Amino acid sequence: MTASLLQIDQVGKRFGGFVALDGINLNVAPGERLGLIGPNGSGKSTLVNCICGTLQNETGSVTFDGRKLDGLAAHQRTILGLSRSFQLPRPFHSMSVADNLRIPLLYAVKARSGSHLAADELNKHCVEYLRLVGLDHKASRRPRDLTQVEMRKLELARAMAAEPKLLIADEAMAGLSHSEIEDILKLLMELNARGITIIMIEHIMSAVMSFSQRLVVLVSGRKIADGDPAEVVRNPEVEKAYLG
Amino acid sequence: MQSRTFILAVLAVAAACFAAAQLVSNDYLFFAGYTVLQFIVLATAWNILGGYCGYVNFGSAAFFALGAYSTVFFHKTFQMPIPLLILVGGLVSGIVGLGMGYLTLRLRGSFFAIATLALAVVLQTLIVNWDYVGGSRGAYIIRPNTISIVGREVPYIEYLFFLMLALAVVAIITARTVERSRLGFGFATIRDDELAAEASGVPTLRLKLIATTLSGALMGMAGAPFPYYIGFLQPQSAFALDYAVNSIAMPMIGGTGSWIGPLVGAILLGTIQQVATVTISSAVNVLIVGVLLVAFVIIAPNGLVGLVQDLMRKKSR
Amino acid sequence: MDFPFELLINAVIAGVLLGGFYIAVTVGISIAFGMLDIVNIAHPAFIILGSYLAYILNSRLGIDPVLVGLLMLPVFYALGAAVYQVYYLSFEKRGQEALRGLAFFFGILFITEVALILVFGVDYRYVEASYIGPAAHFAFIDLPYRMLIPCVLALAMFAALQLYLGRTFVGRAIMAVAQDQGALSLMAANPIRIKRIAFGISIATAAMAGAFLIIIQPVEPSVGREYIGRVFAICVLGGLGSLPGTVIGAMLLGIVESITATFYGPSWAPAVAFGFLLLTLAFRPAGILGR
Repeated sequence: MTASLLQIDQVGKRFGGFVALDGINLNVAPGERLGLIGPNGSGKSTLVNCICGTLQNETGSVTFDGRKLDGLAAHQRTILGLSRSFQLPRPFHSMSVADNLRIPLLYAVKARSGSHLAADELNKHCVEYLRLVGLDHKASRRPRDLTQVEMRKLELARAMAAEPKLLIADEAMAGLSHSEIEDILKLLMELNARGITIIMIEHIMSAVMSFSQRLVVLVSGRKIADGDPAEVVRNPEVEKAYLG
Repeated sequence: MQSRTFILAVLAVAAACFAAAQLVSNDYLFFAGYTVLQFIVLATAWNILGGYCGYVNFGSAAFFALGAYSTVFFHKTFQMPIPLLILVGGLVSGIVGLGMGYLTLRLRGSFFAIATLALAVVLQTLIVNWDYVGGSRGAYIIRPNTISIVGREVPYIEYLFFLMLALAVVAIITARTVERSRLGFGFATIRDDELAAEASGVPTLRLKLIATTLSGALMGMAGAPFPYYIGFLQPQSAFALDYAVNSIAMPMIGGTGSWIGPLVGAILLGTIQQVATVTISSAVNVLIVGVLLVAFVIIAPNGLVGLVQDLMRKKSR
Repeated sequence: MDFPFELLINAVIAGVLLGGFYIAVTVGISIAFGMLDIVNIAHPAFIILGSYLAYILNSRLGIDPVLVGLLMLPVFYALGAAVYQVYYLSFEKRGQEALRGLAFFFGILFITEVALILVFGVDYRYVEASYIGPAAHFAFIDLPYRMLIPCVLALAMFAALQLYLGRTFVGRAIMAVAQDQGALSLMAANPIRIKRIAFGISIATAAMAGAFLIIIQPVEPSVGREYIGRVFAICVLGGLGSLPGTVIGAMLLGIVESITATFYGPSWAPAVAFGFLLLTLAFRPAGILGR
């Protein structure tokens, strides 16, 4: 059995008296396409935050690539190869679109490889990522000049520019049109084909179903289902959580 | 503009300033000029943490005073030439900046700002109660009339002016170099969105500590020659609120985005204040600064530099 | 040498009375910073303004300072609402409150102090009232009325605010906006209006606090600066957003300051608050009752 790339062991998190995460166990294999769904407030974002280090989990541990992440700052986790896009895009407004992508290259990738990327190498990488998301014609514009869709693409591109082993796409498709969703799906599939493990958090069931090899359902901070997507959706508890 | 060209240009301008001052050879010009140059250093230093990283420091006076009082301390224990005192002042302030940053930078920006206020008062209370450096009664530093440099007898105030000019040059070159470096990019991400910066691999705490240390050190260096300039150092003058207000107002009015803003703000406001102090009163001049700060912050958040940039953008359309 | 118990007990009691006064000074910031996330470092400036108004009306018309405070409540409320409106339009809306909002309040703090110096000069001003001077005595315990009355009234003001926040619709909306602005707009309440009301209340408390201040001690324009640290120290110590925490923080600070002043001299007192603040921020930023 292949060792998990990401191992989440009994992770728990509370906010005051409110239990956001209650003993979550989850293993993600390298190269896997995992879908994570659940009603609003079920703890999906909290889980992502705990994995990525934006929040620290109180109980349990998160192990990535054989390394325990507990206590590590978010930037250190990114350097190790964990990357995420934010649900609401958070671009760096004072710099151009291209420069937004230079940041993870200048910091995460450089710290990982230890060597200094020459300026033209850097630009080449930026342009490549921008082309991948279809934003190369807006390379020198500011984020405020982008449309909603373009901002989401920039958000994903920036997460990709950190050259992760595992990418968490947090509701990257919310509010997009059908063809735009197709675009993002194609992009994520291509990234996966290159070997990047992907966790997709989504509400758009059609996208989740066509993308995921495995589906995990979170309700009220607990994992209630984990397995083959087709079987999971037929699970009565899952139906209840969404329709009941 | 290439960095080397810029450095040469700055040195040329500085040399021209110094030569011009020599030609006029009015003592008052040296005194007033020293003050303006001091503000250039303080404003530029503040902007490294405030404008580039977005972390407001209300305690500029504390770092400035630390530089001044370390000079007093060494003047009493172990005489040293001023350039060395400047380095010492910078070191002391830098270390305190680092320490304070370590305690408070892991929290939100607003907490840091409040902590800087606290630091200023704690430091002032400590100094007021420390008799060795004069306490609340103050300390006298006799300023010699002249100093001999390469055989020539130079009036002391010219010497101080020259030192502060050199410091201003250092501050501006440092600010510009940082701005254009990977470090400066990192600073900008902290200002724009610290959470996203962390997620992109930027070690935000480390960068913020660097900014705080650098900013504090420069302010300490600006404060080190102050006892010689003023002759009699009291905590009230070293910790005066003016320093805090001016080091914030000058970059905010000039423009916080680059090294140009603090320079413009310092020269403009510094000159206005010198004129106002002489013509009206010193209390009114400080009131003007406060009013301008509030006005600019509401109406022209990008400062004078921002206004000029907007104008140029409109013209090019 | 026997331990100066009487001195200690008097210091503690003086500290408690001081703490009561500190509650009045801090409750405004508890609302503005603790609940609305507005770092109003100019709050002490409003308090000093209240003190000077009490001075003017007391010295010219002989009105009791507490009465002045009450009369000024609606005036300061309106002032607070106006200031919030400017703050919201200039900074909150544009997302600039971190840097520019702070600079704005700092500017106001500064302008107020300098303006007061220009108008009133740096001499200490005080008010006159029948209860300033006499004190109650119980054995060796001294209870100066000028400390006792503000303390009692401050606690009353605090209790009234607690009731308001807990029992009225607007009050509960204010508590809600502290937690989640989005949820509030779903409740069909305009969050901006609620915040404006809250900030107005915050500044209104400064009117009373100002009256209390000038009863307790003579004031001059730079006195406000000492209070910046105290106010935030108490807030952070007690826990942001927790009004009961403010009480605990205020009492703690009052007692420690009083003991320090009694045994080590008053020149060390300002450092106490700020020292507390730095320590709390460094080791337990959530405070005692923080959320």
